[in-house]
Amino acid sequence: MKVTVDEGKCCGAGTCVMLAPDVFDQRDDDGIVVLLDETPGGHLHATVREAASVCPGVAISVSEDA
Amino acid sequence: MTVLVVGASAAGLATVEALRRKGYQERVTVLGAETHLPYDRPPLSKQVLAGTWTPGQAGLRTPDALSALDAEFVLGDPAARLDARARTVHTESGRTLTADAVVLATGLRPRTLPGQDGLAGVHVLRTLDDALALRAELAPDKRVVVVGDGVLGAEIAATVCGLGVPVTLAGSQPAPLAYQFGPLAAGLLAELHAARGVHLRLGAAVTGLSARDGRVAGVCLETGEVLSADVIVVAFGAAPATDWLAGSGVLCDNGVVCDSRCRAAAGIYAAGDVARWHHEGLDVLLRLENRTNATEQAVAVAGTILGEDRPYTPVPYFWTNQFDARIHVYGRPSANAEVSIVEGSPSAGRFVAEYREEGRVTGVLGWNMPKQARVHSTVTDLARLRGLSMS
Repeated sequence: MKVTVDEGKCCGAGTCVMLAPDVFDQRDDDGIVVLLDETPGGHLHATVREAASVCPGVAISVSEDA
Repeated sequence: MTVLVVGASAAGLATVEALRRKGYQERVTVLGAETHLPYDRPPLSKQVLAGTWTPGQAGLRTPDALSALDAEFVLGDPAARLDARARTVHTESGRTLTADAVVLATGLRPRTLPGQDGLAGVHVLRTLDDALALRAELAPDKRVVVVGDGVLGAEIAATVCGLGVPVTLAGSQPAPLAYQFGPLAAGLLAELHAARGVHLRLGAAVTGLSARDGRVAGVCLETGEVLSADVIVVAFGAAPATDWLAGSGVLCDNGVVCDSRCRAAAGIYAAGDVARWHHEGLDVLLRLENRTNATEQAVAVAGTILGEDRPYTPVPYFWTNQFDARIHVYGRPSANAEVSIVEGSPSAGRFVAEYREEGRVTGVLGWNMPKQARVHSTVTDLARLRGLSMS
C-alpha cells in the first residue's frame, strides 16, 4: 500500500491523526497533514483506508498496487 | 443480502466504502438525484465559488476509485417514494428498487424566502450547479446581498468579497455565528469581515424580497429598510430532505428519527444531514449538518447493517474558512457558555477557546490553531463521547 496526501486539500480536521497516529500527524503552525509513513505495514491497512474514506478534505489517496 | 443507498453524496458514498472495507461483497446500489458523480460540498462556497478549483476538483473520488467499489450508481433520478415495510424505493423516472437494507442519505434542501421561486437573480447554494450559477452572476459592478449569518452565509460573503464584488451580509444575529460562538469569537469574525470590506447589516431579520419585472431588486428587513441588490444569495438554513418519505412508515421529525444505532425501522437506516438519531453520550436526539458527521455516521450505519451493535456517539465537529481565519469547532459551543482562552491569544490571531456550561466543557474553538484545538478537545469532557463508541 502507498499513501499520498494533498496538502492543498487538507482542511486540518485531524480525523486521520485520530484514526492512525502512526501514519499521520499535523503541522503545529497550520494543522496541515504530515505523512509519517507512506508505506504502512499490513496491520494498518484497514485503518488507513478508513482514514482516506472519511477524510473531510478528500486529501488522502491510497494506492493498493505498491 | 442487498443494500440500497439513497443519496450519492459524502454520506452515501462513505456508506458503500465502509461496507466494502468491512467485507460486504454482495450487491449495493446508490441512487442519486443529481447527474454528477459524487462530489464534495464544503468547497462549493469557497474554492468552487471563487473559481480557484474546477468543478472536477470537487469530485469525491476518481472514476477508477468509484468503479473499484463495484457498486451500481443510478444517477439523475431522485427518489420519489419509500415503502418502508417492503424496503422499496420508487424513483421519479419510474424505477422500482428493492433491497434488504435501505440507507437514507438524502441530505438537505435550502430554506427559501416567500416569493423566491422563479425570481431571477436569487440563488441558494447547495449543489454544484447552484455554485456555478451564482458564480456566473458575480461581477464587480453587481451588488450582492447574502441573507444568512451562519457558517454558509459568512463563507459565501467572504468568498464574494475576495472576488472584488461588493457584498452585504444580512441576518438577525448581532455578529456572524453569534449564537454559537458567543461575543468574543463572533465579534472577531465581524471585525474580520468588516476589515476586508464586507458590509455587515446584522441584528435585523430579513422578512422578504422586493422584485421588479421578474428580477430581484432588494432584501426587505424587519425594520422596513430595503437593501438594494442585483444578486441575492439565500443561505439562512436548510431542512432535511424528507418530503419524499411522507406516508412511508418512517418517522420524520426534523430529520429521519433513528435509534442510537442509526436505525429508523427494520432494515431502514439513515446517515448524514438527514439523520436525527439518539446520541447516547449526550442523551438527546441529534441531527448534525456537518461534513465529518456524513462520513462517520456512514461508517456507523455500515457497521449496524453488518451486525455490529455499537451506539454512534461522535464529538460534533465542523470547520470554516473565512478570509485567512481557519476556525475549527468541537462539541456544542453556545453564547450561554463561559469562554476562556486556553492557548494563544486573540490579539495574535491564533487561539484556542474553551466553552463551559455548568462546570463542564461543552465546546472547544480553535482560531488558526487546528491541531491544538483538536488535541484540546481530546483532553476535556468531550473526549468521554468518543470513548463510548469504542467500548
